[in-house]
Amino acid sequence: MMWFNLAKAQSFMPTEGTEIAKQVDNLYGFLLITSFIACVLVIGGMIYFVYKYKRKSDNDKTAYISHNTALEFLWSFIPLVIFLAVFAWGWYIYHGMRTMPKNALEINVLGKQWAWEIEYKNGFKAVNEVVVPVNTDVKLLLTSQDVIHSFFVPSFRIKQDAVPGRYTALWFNATKLGEFHIFCAEYCGTSHSGMIGKLRVVTQEEFNKYLEEGQEEGQLPLAKRGEKLFALKACASCHSVDSPAVKVGPSLFKKFGTEEVLEGGAKVVVDENYLRESILQPNAKIVNGFPHGVMPTFQGQINENELNALVEYVKSLSGK
Amino acid sequence: MGNHSSAAGENYLNHEKGLWSWLTTVDHKRIGLMYMITVMFFFLVGGIMALLLRLELFAPNTVQGVGQVLKNGDIYNQVLTYHGAIMVFMVIVPGIPAILGNFFLPIHLGAKDVAFPKINLLSWYCFMAGAALAIATFFTHKIDTGWTFYTPYSIRTGTSTVLMVLGAFIMGMSSVLTGLNFIVTVHKLRAPGMTMHRMPLFVWALYSTAILQMLATPVLAITLLLLAAEKIFGVGIFDPALGGDPVLFQHFFWFYSHPAVYIMILPAMGIVSELIATFSRKVIFGYTAIAYSSLGIAAVSFFVWGHHMFVSGQSATAGIIFSFITMLVGVPTAIKMFNWVATIYKGSVRFDSPMLFALGFLFLFAIGGVTGIMLAVLPIDVHFHDTYFVVAHFHYVMVGGTLMALMGGFYYWFPKMFGKMFNESLARLSFVFIFVGFNVTFFPQFVLGAMGMPRRYFDYIPAYETLNKISTVGSWLILTGFLFGLYTIVQGIRKGEKAPMNPWGAKTLEWQTSSPPPHFNFDVEPVVTAGPYEYR
Ligand code: HEM
Ligand SMILES: [Cu+2]
Repeated sequence: MMWFNLAKAQSFMPTEGTEIAKQVDNLYGFLLITSFIACVLVIGGMIYFVYKYKRKSDNDKTAYISHNTALEFLWSFIPLVIFLAVFAWGWYIYHGMRTMPKNALEINVLGKQWAWEIEYKNGFKAVNEVVVPVNTDVKLLLTSQDVIHSFFVPSFRIKQDAVPGRYTALWFNATKLGEFHIFCAEYCGTSHSGMIGKLRVVTQEEFNKYLEEGQEEGQLPLAKRGEKLFALKACASCHSVDSPAVKVGPSLFKKFGTEEVLEGGAKVVVDENYLRESILQPNAKIVNGFPHGVMPTFQGQINENELNALVEYVKSLSGK
Repeated sequence: MGNHSSAAGENYLNHEKGLWSWLTTVDHKRIGLMYMITVMFFFLVGGIMALLLRLELFAPNTVQGVGQVLKNGDIYNQVLTYHGAIMVFMVIVPGIPAILGNFFLPIHLGAKDVAFPKINLLSWYCFMAGAALAIATFFTHKIDTGWTFYTPYSIRTGTSTVLMVLGAFIMGMSSVLTGLNFIVTVHKLRAPGMTMHRMPLFVWALYSTAILQMLATPVLAITLLLLAAEKIFGVGIFDPALGGDPVLFQHFFWFYSHPAVYIMILPAMGIVSELIATFSRKVIFGYTAIAYSSLGIAAVSFFVWGHHMFVSGQSATAGIIFSFITMLVGVPTAIKMFNWVATIYKGSVRFDSPMLFALGFLFLFAIGGVTGIMLAVLPIDVHFHDTYFVVAHFHYVMVGGTLMALMGGFYYWFPKMFGKMFNESLARLSFVFIFVGFNVTFFPQFVLGAMGMPRRYFDYIPAYETLNKISTVGSWLILTGFLFGLYTIVQGIRKGEKAPMNPWGAKTLEWQTSSPPPHFNFDVEPVVTAGPYEYR
């Protein structure tokens, strides 16, 4: 058993976020050990033989052994038995993975180039972030609006293609609080590798709150949502919004639609894309007279919907 | 040249002179060499692309400079597509059968040529035409679909999928023609006394491969034509927007491409059987088991395509059945491994460079094999599918397996093909670099896959950085190894000592004719009286 745990620990699989992940790792641990033994037997046997039977003279006589029925039967039969046992074990786990629990919490996930759009039953939508309560059966209903994507959460050992024109599904029951990566595992073009989301496992209370607030927020006007976020993310500590006064960074008051002079003299119009870039990559274009590397990037900390809201808010500061 | 007794010093190389005599030759040996030159060229191109991919992955894109070798995701995806497509369709699939198979299959059988020499030449021209079309896309719209052309991406992406697919189609015809030629040659042109059970195992392997080429390739051809039709006329077979089924394409595609994996590996197994027998100077253990397991693998390989689609949305039942059958294919493969090791037992082993490559094959193929079993187990594949674990697995099988065997076979038969010996120390050096570099490159990718890094990624999260760095450094070692290999070959051809008829003391027929062989292979038609490995 110690061996087994060792193999499991050395398997480099990510955190086990579900019960099924543990089952998968058990099987994988077993396979690692048997594979290791098989390789040692075959490769070790090979190395041992080549040294033992190294050519000694130019006319060495060799044994004439053309076959050995008993041996051949054994080494066909033993792998067969192991393979079938492993197959059956795998089947058992897979059955659990593929049998959708009744009364699961259902969440719709739409794949598109290049983001995951999540929609809860109450109509609340989020981008690249799935929030679920801990210890609850969750069923994700997947589809895609363009090409095939694949929803992959390594920590949960689950993966399922999102195919345009049909629904596919997967389920899990997260046993650990925390944040886990969601990757797209089916090649889908330019930003395939950027199609990363997070899966946040929270307590039931937090989840309820999240949904409620989300729903309320979803009903606020876009600019209002942006205003809340602006405060939440502490943007206001560096940017003034009600006068042209300069704090740490440039003021955003009536800034939208104007021209900004950059370091080196180039000019740029403050439009939606400039704002977006400045939020995600603050150091890409520095306004003349301001230092580099002061503003932190918000890449990965806000999703597309939030970004929309922020941009809309900044626009609203110009009365536009 | 009515008779086939050759004047002293005359051989297939100097039999006729001039470029034109090569371009119009129907001599299977010359055609083998022409394939060799073209395939080596494509390997170089595909290899440079691999190095670029690895260079890009040396660091995540947040690192200025090193992480941005390929500028953006689109360029990465294109390079990835060409690397994959070139390596599969222009290097590994034609590789062994077209080069070494063409050259040695007739000689192994004691024949003067293949059954249809002109068709043989035609197949080289098909190959070149297909490759030219495929490469032409490079100068029109580069394609970025991946070598698998999955729909609906391949239909939507505005690039020249049609041209590429047509190229693959024509190269497929070349593959079918070669297969046809080999099957007929095996059945019709064996020398007196050469029964099926006296054929070398390399011939058996080529024979099984030829059957696969004949049966599977047309399916790919039809699939690719359907894809082209879908793209040009919008017929609605694969595109969900037109009522088609995108997963259907995957079924079609893998119905060819899974057997294709065996088109890539079976010939390699054939070479390894030859090398192990010769350099252990011993009769091969379980000749019939090896011969017929090739046929068995070829047959079963048609029924396992669904193991590429466990998470595609096909039914759970289908997944279970495919997983079961896949497990069954593992058995004959394991048997072959045991047979090779048993052959070495009580042999008399020499460590010449071809043997080193054969042993390298066994080592890498063992790892490729056990990880293949892991991937066949449903719940484990759900985690590993489309991650770097798969990338590592197929490189272990295709590069570690097929390419090692190709290199080994190439060194083994080099004296026969060119009549010269190569520099043994240089050849060993190339082996060491390739073998070590290969493991440094691809072993970390198993771990990356287990950690969850998906494949076909232009960029990755910081957690994957160290292993990617190691992997990239490994690719430079492989490069070094191949450069040594190339140098060995060129130097051997130009300056090598004259090779004797049978430098390794082997028993198969090709060693009973002069090096290099005369135009019609043998001065006197051989008569076969015993099996190919009668070392007593
Ligand atoms: C010799 C050194 C090689 C290196 C360093 C190398 C490296 C790579 C890399 C980095 C990828 C991209 C993996 C991904 O993101 O999915 C890749 C993909 C691939 N390689 Fe290689 N490779 C090598 C040789 C070969 C050879 C000889 C073959 C021949 C069969 C081959 C066949 C493939 C295929 C089929 C793909 C998949 C392409 C796709 O996903 O569309 N590689 N390789
Ligand atoms: Cu995607």
